[in-house]
Amino acid sequence: MFEEIGTTAEGDLQINVGPQHPATHGVLHLVLTLNGETIKKVEPHLGYIHRSIEKMCESLTYRQFSYVTSRMDYLSSHINNNACALIVEKGLQVDVPERAKVIRVIIDELTRIASHELWWGAMAMDLGAFTPFFHAFRERETINEIMEETCGARLTMNYIVPGGLMMDIHPNFQKKVKSFIQLFRSKFDEYNELVTGNIIFQNRMKGVGVLSPEDAISYGCTGPAARGSGVKCDIRKLYPYEIYDKVQFDEVLETGCDSFARYMVRLKEMLESIKIIEQLIDNIPEGEFQAKTKAVLKLPKGEFYQRVETARGELGVYIVSEGGTTPYRIKYRSPGFSNLSALDHMARGSKLGDLIAMMGTLDLVIPDIDR
Amino acid sequence: MLSFSQIASDVDQWLHKVCSPTWALVFEMVIIGVSVIGLFAVLGLVLVLMERRVAAWMQIRLGPNRVGPQGLLQSLADTLKLLVKEGMTPGGSDKFLFNLAPFIAMIAAMLLMAPIAFASNFQIWNINIGVLYVSAVSSLSVIGILMAGWASNNKYSLMGAMRSGAQIVSYELSAGLSILTIVVLSGNLGLNDIVLSQKDGWWIFKGHIPAIIAFIIFMIAVTAETNRAPFDLAEAESELTAGFHTEYSGMKFALFFLAEYINVFIVCAIGATLFLGGWMPFHIGNLEGFNHVMDYIPSSIWFFGKTFFLIFLIMWFRWTFPRLRIDQLLNLEWKYLLPISMFNIILVTVVAIMKWYF
Amino acid sequence: MFITNYIKNVFGAVKSLAVGMKRTGYYFTHHKEIITEQYPDNRDTLVLADRFKGEVVMPHNENNEHRCTGCTACELACPNGTIKVVTKFDITPEGKKKKAVDKLVYHLELCTMCNLCVVACPSDAIKMAPTFEHSVFDRSQLTKVLNQPGSKIMDGVE
Repeated sequence: MFEEIGTTAEGDLQINVGPQHPATHGVLHLVLTLNGETIKKVEPHLGYIHRSIEKMCESLTYRQFSYVTSRMDYLSSHINNNACALIVEKGLQVDVPERAKVIRVIIDELTRIASHELWWGAMAMDLGAFTPFFHAFRERETINEIMEETCGARLTMNYIVPGGLMMDIHPNFQKKVKSFIQLFRSKFDEYNELVTGNIIFQNRMKGVGVLSPEDAISYGCTGPAARGSGVKCDIRKLYPYEIYDKVQFDEVLETGCDSFARYMVRLKEMLESIKIIEQLIDNIPEGEFQAKTKAVLKLPKGEFYQRVETARGELGVYIVSEGGTTPYRIKYRSPGFSNLSALDHMARGSKLGDLIAMMGTLDLVIPDIDR
Repeated sequence: MLSFSQIASDVDQWLHKVCSPTWALVFEMVIIGVSVIGLFAVLGLVLVLMERRVAAWMQIRLGPNRVGPQGLLQSLADTLKLLVKEGMTPGGSDKFLFNLAPFIAMIAAMLLMAPIAFASNFQIWNINIGVLYVSAVSSLSVIGILMAGWASNNKYSLMGAMRSGAQIVSYELSAGLSILTIVVLSGNLGLNDIVLSQKDGWWIFKGHIPAIIAFIIFMIAVTAETNRAPFDLAEAESELTAGFHTEYSGMKFALFFLAEYINVFIVCAIGATLFLGGWMPFHIGNLEGFNHVMDYIPSSIWFFGKTFFLIFLIMWFRWTFPRLRIDQLLNLEWKYLLPISMFNIILVTVVAIMKWYF
Repeated sequence: MFITNYIKNVFGAVKSLAVGMKRTGYYFTHHKEIITEQYPDNRDTLVLADRFKGEVVMPHNENNEHRCTGCTACELACPNGTIKVVTKFDITPEGKKKKAVDKLVYHLELCTMCNLCVVACPSDAIKMAPTFEHSVFDRSQLTKVLNQPGSKIMDGVE
């Protein structure tokens, strides 16, 4: 394995970060070439958690295949499910009731907040501060409880299904979401006190892991990783799905291009998500939560593509249908994979500690990269 | 009243009564050795538990609460676990150095115990150059770490050891300079004499702003010197898994762990001695009644109270701040702490010559 | 000015650190904020959401009757082959042969709690139960037969 790299000079140190390493959040394997503390090359090795989800989906019916996608990017499982539901609805040309659409958006945004919350804690932990992790989980727990009550699960819910929702929202849903918004707003300042304003943190993040807008585009970065470089890439704005074109929110853009910019994008995105939820939570229309669909779904012959904005960036679902009950070919374009590809470019010439900070700001979820 | 100095002199007299002076000295040395090891064990248990409690409360958790009342026996259970664990020596390592390193770290910590004044007239070795001894011996601990990192035959360990070497060597400077401030003010090098010089007020109050600056620099420098977060680059869990002790397990790991906590205790004890008056009670000017009440509290309680307050401060740092990067760590020392301490030492010399302190 | 900037930097840095320490210090002294749940101790007072998807169960009424017709809709809906419906033929009072469920075998170790079987069931015979303490010492214990022994179909369920 080492001979392949071939760029090592005398005195270079090759070091394996992962697959078992505290900072890789799973089983990512990076082969680093170091000169002292300075990084010369980063080579990610993937495949440790490859479960061939794409192949699995080919043998599942259109009702069944979306639940598997919860296991890809498990932190934005609802948004993955939403992409699958949308593509099937697009193929079948089903009109989803307005109520289901609104609830989907609320749930998606809650998922995004929960995901960013976990990222915030985990990233602070990568930098060596352990306390923010627990503080972040306190607010995330509130979202998990809302999810548990309405969807019946905490991580892999399978709540958004083709045609609408699996079941109606729990009667307590609106009340609990509102109390969560209140809690979140009251605790948000603590995040800035603990981490954002901290001088050590700012020095660790500013000017580190610079990714120019051109590079972000050419590496195919999406989501907060690209928006930190000032690239407009929010699918919710560019290709609105559900009712994102009817709600008011800003696409968060930062022009710093460094780790701190990506950090600020995610932090501000949480507030934008709160804004979206606030607009919708009192205006959930009455009516059905599920469109009438046939018992067996069959997509017409053809190719379908649907993209959504997950917490990490653009998730694309591509289906080739032969007209049967199962897809002929299914392909997921996952945001984490593209974002990871920029890591080598960002990390060269910086210190080992910076690499950990960069991986933190890219918000890598390994099952999302490997699928 | 029962005090440590009383007990010590009673034991001394009794030993001299029953055997010849040579044997009495030998027995006393044995007693001291055993009690230092005992103190080590107790401190290790107490500090680990304290750290876990502090961390838990800051992280809105409960902390250890299952073993024994209020979880007080948790660290005892952990020690038992570590004792029965297999101590592995990785293949390809330098076996002799690998096994020696934890003991070096431990011995360096143990030696530092000698000149500390635990209570009034209670000191293992009243050496008249105590401060010098402390700054000389405390830099020995880096040898244990370097040895461990090199002998492990592990790249993470090696990097951790090298970081630690750079870190401890640089931070020795500003720690030494801030200790020097008090030496200049008190005109003494012995730790007990420094404590006695604070009879009418602690140096942090008497020494005006220079003493406060010196105290802050001292706290930062010793946090770095003992490899505690935010300066725990030698361990740097998220970067180097566990740094220099990645390959250690069982009791050998426990010795490193213990040495870290003992070092924390010792530097805090020295900080308390230099800046907060050691075992000297808190006195306010001419308030006779108040001073009398303060005198009534045993001197050992004053000493341990101050030390544990400083330990808490260091733990507070650890559970609040993110870790620095290696170049930032060295920047902080060479661009900020060292110039400030040098300026400070000039200032304090002026203060001492002009007798501006109280 | 270099010197003023230097001093400003130092004070700004110290202030930002003090703000963070104030926050952790607040939590250190305010124990009411602790959110730890002492799980095995609070088992009696633990309230789980009524929709919580813990395992699939088949409710029986007091006469040991269930609602399952043995139509295998759940088996077809399941993405993981978790459910296996073994059917038999009952003789109705009129003397006709009628398909009925013999055993509804449920493999908890395969189940991903996706709720698709419950949605697919036309007669509401199965539902999700909010249980979660599923650990056993032998995985064969995770294979369950959902209909109780001797149970039969409720009257009026087709």
